[in-house]
Amino acid sequence: MSMWQRISLIFRSKANKALDRAEDPRETLDYSYQRQLDLLAQVRRGVADVATSRKRVELQVNQLQAQSDKLQGQAEQAITANREDLAREALTRKSGLTSQIADLKTQQAQLQGEEEKLTLAQQRLSAKVESFRTRKETIKATYTAAEAQTKINEAMSGIGEEMGDVGMAIQRAEDKTAQMQARAGAIDELIASGALDDASSLNNGDDISRELEAMSSHSEVEAELARLKGGSTPQAIEGGQDSSGILEGEPQAQGQASGESKEAP
Amino acid sequence: MIVRILGEGQYDLSDDAVSALNDLDAKVESAIEAGDEATFREALAALLDGVRTAGVPHDPESLDSSELILPMADATLAEVTDMLSGDGLIPG
Repeated sequence: MSMWQRISLIFRSKANKALDRAEDPRETLDYSYQRQLDLLAQVRRGVADVATSRKRVELQVNQLQAQSDKLQGQAEQAITANREDLAREALTRKSGLTSQIADLKTQQAQLQGEEEKLTLAQQRLSAKVESFRTRKETIKATYTAAEAQTKINEAMSGIGEEMGDVGMAIQRAEDKTAQMQARAGAIDELIASGALDDASSLNNGDDISRELEAMSSHSEVEAELARLKGGSTPQAIEGGQDSSGILEGEPQAQGQASGESKEAP
Repeated sequence: MIVRILGEGQYDLSDDAVSALNDLDAKVESAIEAGDEATFREALAALLDGVRTAGVPHDPESLDSSELILPMADATLAEVTDMLSGDGLIPG
């Protein structure tokens, strides 16, 4: 396992170098302990940051889902009213949302994973820091130079490795969160602009329409449109007949009624 | 032997278990040398699974250092290459 031994050596030497600052070994212990507490605080912040990002993504998923449901309703209404153009617009917007929602759900799962990893890292580091604190006090109390140095080296290399590991985990989580923050910001802007909101604002803003077109899958929209039309066409025809009957009937009835009222005096 | 999987913690493995994992390890190394990302991911996942299966978690309160350190499960080929070059391994 030569490659991993190389990695281990590099890792350990870097970790130890980072902690090996003080002249007096006892100062080294205190300095290291302070660094450990700093790192623990950093992990706690990291967990909180990732949780905040995850909650933001969850909120966006809920918002987009609500808008998607609304657009679905609008498409159905538009078909009933024989407005295929409006229905197509609503479904185009909905299709764009569907892919965004799927994307966000993937992000949400990734953030959940990072959060769990960091929480476990926090627990591991916490256990080791507490051990180190106990060991540090023992070493300082029984301080005789040569013996202490060996004990210090042992304690330092163990904690140094853990700190290096946790430091990397934080770095990776931060990188991933930063990437997602940028995308979440773009989606927040899109939501705030109302561009995803309402199909009745048809062809409002060409840039937005083009963007929505690009986001959506054309064939998906056409398929769903055909399905909607297939499902609701008979109702639409019946509804159309009924309503035209009412519309035609009412003026006549009114006309008769007014005619009667005119004849009455 | 204490083996650390980065991001997961330390495991105790018997020497026999470590030698049994040598084949899996060789696959990871050859994938890195070939620069083959897909094979690398697959081989790394198998190696880490082997460590988790054959090993038992090391006492979390110990301050023992590991004899072997393995990359995190979602490491990319580029990250492992970085580790081997000794750059960018530990932030700060």
